[in-house]
Amino acid sequence: MADTIARANALEGRFLNDEGITLVRAEPSTRLSLRAPKTAVKSLSKALGLDLPQRPKASTAKDGRVALWLGPDEWLVIDETEADLVGVCASVTAFHSAVEVSHRNTAVLVSGPRCETVLNAGCPQDLSLVAFPVGACSRTVFGKAEIVLWRTGSDAFRVECWRSFSDYVFMLLEQAARDR
Amino acid sequence: MLLIHCPYCQEDRPELEFRHAGEAHIARPENMAEMSDEDFERFFFIRSNPKGIVYERWRHIHGCARFFNAARDTVSDKFLMTYKAGEPKPDLDGEGK
Repeated sequence: MADTIARANALEGRFLNDEGITLVRAEPSTRLSLRAPKTAVKSLSKALGLDLPQRPKASTAKDGRVALWLGPDEWLVIDETEADLVGVCASVTAFHSAVEVSHRNTAVLVSGPRCETVLNAGCPQDLSLVAFPVGACSRTVFGKAEIVLWRTGSDAFRVECWRSFSDYVFMLLEQAARDR
Repeated sequence: MLLIHCPYCQEDRPELEFRHAGEAHIARPENMAEMSDEDFERFFFIRSNPKGIVYERWRHIHGCARFFNAARDTVSDKFLMTYKAGEPKPDLDGEGK
């Protein structure tokens, strides 16, 4: 019988580096599910230190923090420096909803020249640079799981998924990466 | 794959991201407690189900998550147009009776 119980994070130690594709678990980040009407966007942007994007599929990134447009009044804010995002929004008096979802999501960083093909194994969207340029983001599906996809470079994506789906998402990515 | 135009994302997106949500433009009665059973049945259960153009609610559930309305031809399965929730019902030729 084990004397100690060690806590393992989702996707801990998972890694794949095949020809033209690398899959790696993203470092822990704080995340915020933010919903707000147009009237609150200005004060929330000021508090977060970045402009909340208003166009579909748009994102704004600054100093390790990014706001991804999910819907007309909905954003996913990710902070890689693990800043207290809820605390930041608490100072805003304008009507809004900020829900801490740091531990709900986990992320896989997909990079390499084959990343579009590998993601298209499960994602039905057009991921060419014309339709999905660097900085574009979207909530979409990957196989049977819902993901938030963010293009961080011409050959790099961040795949945000719910922690309970992360094993499935990673396995499907691995299979797609090996399928040539 | 069937592509559906989301009026909020302003883009054609794959059908896998969408969910059908029943007939559109059904007004919820304000005097539900006083309605007769027949009237309630008509509001609650009876749908037009025509052969031809139907007006439906759809939800971009795995995208922007917004509900919107669509005009679709049940014969060809083609989406004629989609429009935001709350916008008036468009007047299309050959509308189902």
